[in-house]
Amino acid sequence: MQDLVAKRFREIAPAADFVSLRLLESVQQDIGVRDDVLLPVETCLDAGAMITVFAGGGLGYAATSDLSSSGLARAAARALEWARLSAGRLVLDVSKVEMPCPQGSYESPVEIPWNQVPVSEKSDLLLRACAAAKRSDSIVSRELFLAYHQVDSLYLTANGNETRQRLHLLVPHISVTANRGSESQTRTLGQLALARQGGFELLASIDYEGRAPIIADEARELLDAPNCPSRRMDLLLSSDQMLIQIHESIGHPLELDRILGDERNYAGRSFVTLDMIGTYQYGSNLLNVSYDPLEGQFATFAFDDEGLGAERQLIIENGRLLRPLGGTISQARANTSGVACSRADSWNRPPIDRMANLNVEPGESSLQELVSSVERGVFMQTNRSWSIDDSRNKFQFGCERARLIENGKLGPVVKNPNYRGISASFWRSLKGVGNRDTFEIMGTPYCGKGEPNQVMFVGHASPVCLFGDIEVFGGES
Amino acid sequence: MTLETRDSFYALADELLGRRREGEEMRLSFQGEESDFVRFNNAAIRQPGSVRQLHLSMELIRGKRHCRAHVVLSGDRALDGSRLRDVLERLRVDLGSLPEDPYLILPDDPRSTEQVGEDRLPKAEEAVEEILDAASGTDFVGIFASGGLFKGFASSLGQKSWFSSHPFNLDFSIYAHEDKALKESLAGLEWNGATLRERLGWAREKLPILDRPPKDISPGGYRVFLAPAAMEEILNVLSYNGFGLRSHRSKTTSLLRLLENEAALSPEVTLTESTKRGLGPSFDDSGFVCPDEVRLIEGGKLTGALVSPRSAVEYDVPTNAASSGEHPRSLEMAPGDIAKDDVLEKLGEGILIGNLWYLNYSDLKNCRMTGMTRFGTFWVEGGQIVAPAPAMRFDESVYRMLGDNLEGLTREQELIMDPSTYSARSTNSARVPGAIVRDFTLTL
Repeated sequence: MQDLVAKRFREIAPAADFVSLRLLESVQQDIGVRDDVLLPVETCLDAGAMITVFAGGGLGYAATSDLSSSGLARAAARALEWARLSAGRLVLDVSKVEMPCPQGSYESPVEIPWNQVPVSEKSDLLLRACAAAKRSDSIVSRELFLAYHQVDSLYLTANGNETRQRLHLLVPHISVTANRGSESQTRTLGQLALARQGGFELLASIDYEGRAPIIADEARELLDAPNCPSRRMDLLLSSDQMLIQIHESIGHPLELDRILGDERNYAGRSFVTLDMIGTYQYGSNLLNVSYDPLEGQFATFAFDDEGLGAERQLIIENGRLLRPLGGTISQARANTSGVACSRADSWNRPPIDRMANLNVEPGESSLQELVSSVERGVFMQTNRSWSIDDSRNKFQFGCERARLIENGKLGPVVKNPNYRGISASFWRSLKGVGNRDTFEIMGTPYCGKGEPNQVMFVGHASPVCLFGDIEVFGGES
Repeated sequence: MTLETRDSFYALADELLGRRREGEEMRLSFQGEESDFVRFNNAAIRQPGSVRQLHLSMELIRGKRHCRAHVVLSGDRALDGSRLRDVLERLRVDLGSLPEDPYLILPDDPRSTEQVGEDRLPKAEEAVEEILDAASGTDFVGIFASGGLFKGFASSLGQKSWFSSHPFNLDFSIYAHEDKALKESLAGLEWNGATLRERLGWAREKLPILDRPPKDISPGGYRVFLAPAAMEEILNVLSYNGFGLRSHRSKTTSLLRLLENEAALSPEVTLTESTKRGLGPSFDDSGFVCPDEVRLIEGGKLTGALVSPRSAVEYDVPTNAASSGEHPRSLEMAPGDIAKDDVLEKLGEGILIGNLWYLNYSDLKNCRMTGMTRFGTFWVEGGQIVAPAPAMRFDESVYRMLGDNLEGLTREQELIMDPSTYSARSTNSARVPGAIVRDFTLTL
């Protein structure tokens, strides 16, 4: 299909300042089990293309699932119409933007291709894990699923550039709820944080089946646990909570399109302004954040959706903000540096600035050393609630499970743990960063943003991190 | 285009249904759109474009075994037919390795419906010209979405249903400075430039208030007016896991204490899933037809639930054709008796909250939510708006804000057309009043 569409595109590409085609073909398979019953197996076969045209300083796009020559020609004509209409009325003159000239290819590493494993083997695994999670009568709900997505993309420009990429994305999920009276507690497999690139082998590497009864036991344990106390204290965050902390209060505020105001009607703006780049002390000097296309991480690719090559770059070094997250067009608008992060969630949506893999670099401390350094605090695991203001400053997060830390030792489990703070001061309270032994590679398939709306997959890797003097609170008794 | 698309779907469906083998049943669900999207920032165009997409879901059933494939269509009958025949063969192979599904159900009273909407929209370019002209000189940001939406269903039980609509939705805000802004929307089936200019004129008049020094608001309990858009955000979160039968029976609902009669809402609170007053199709993806209304909460008490066909079998109750997630699609909150024009006077001193943003549960057992104020939020004194309010975080239980602390609901409801465009443009809507609430907790 790719070669055929490429040939058609070369034939129909209109005469304009810049013309590109982005073809996406994807196969998704969802297999789920709920309370020992297999849900209908769903397969999704998608294919479509977006043509983007720059003309006279304006730009336009048109997306279609009709990949015939006439379908592509209609899309190109419509994109050209939009480009002409927007010329002189666009937020920038795109004739001044130098678009990348990419050549290359990429494929996620895979040991056991998903499609080589029969559906029955996958459903049997899910049914076994589901049965293993029924640890007692207090377990009232067990939901497990495996979502696999293969995405083939072809990016072409009329002046001869070309990239081909194939991503294999796997999202494993387990959720177990325990109940007593009017109280229910749910524990999950890191919400969806174990999302990675790869094949069927990923399930063994995370001991998917073995985790189910542990998750169930932790859900039951929470029913008997007291509420998390409410007071200011030290806060130790696991990697699967650091994921959301990085995402919401570093990733989004640094997206250039938010800084430039594009998202103000929907996802919001940013407390970060362009004049902060290069000088702003974002966090304590322990904070080092990278944009990193790590092998196997969920949002790794070689080129973004406008052809910009992905390479590892530090975003924050020793707490100081070095560069924002913005693709080619935003970089030109803001006259600043950025990274390869112009991304679209499918063929039917235009690329916008989206964080990809954004990771906190490991530090020096072992988990034991971090715990030992805390006189009074709490260790929170696995996000279950997230909320932040439209400038990405005032946040509040809730976790599934926590353990108190007293006099340098991990203590009892507490339920309904929450904390709140302000991004601009929170990262400056970072006082301990776990070493590589505590570093976990994670991701999530659900990041919503953009008008029209797009849901994007992102990656976040982090060690365990310790923050000082944070407002912590629990549920109502 | 509408009837042409419908006829093409029916013809494709006839061909596929004709390829069934003995003992096989089939359900086909079609979804399509021809949309124009124009995004604005600083009263200029950011990204203009068009999207044409067609998708078909094919479910093959043999006895109690079934599986589904969702396939993109090109619109070319021969090409799509060929691709779907291959998919059908693949479903046959998959079906052989799957166990029986005890919760599979087919409609025992298959009914066909048809809702054909007329296309009364102007070309998107014409609307864009008017928007740019009307917004000139303001810091206008938002999105204009318009065009045809299509949904179809056909099954081997003889059903054929069709829905088409041609709505537009201009969802926008106007900024005064930094995070101080007013939000508005203009949506419907008929574009009216005069209404747009009226809305923008109203916003221009209000903007100077946002330039006043903001009121310093400390954490604590405040008397507030939740405008309909803010109330809809609260109901949206409640809809995520509050009203589905599955969430009730599996004890995962956020309204578990209400379900267990340990908590109550104000007698003023009545919530109904009102398909007949909604703007979307009246049939679901598996051929069931929605009743006109499903009463969910009446007089503060939980009286009903949204029941998907699957839950209907699992829990042995009749279905009301709820989606698989059992979320409302056209939720209606009954109005109260406060006249909209009397709201500020009744509020006296407190906060007028125009919108809420990024809500989530902070304590599921107590149905406590947190979120932020955003857009059009003001400090009110002596029944007058006196200053803009800073973005504040709230953390409050639904049992309090829609329970003992609910002072009243407005007589007027607002129709809110969902501007959501994830994957495709939404046809969901809600009708909600505003509410005066005392001791509403702000925390940060």
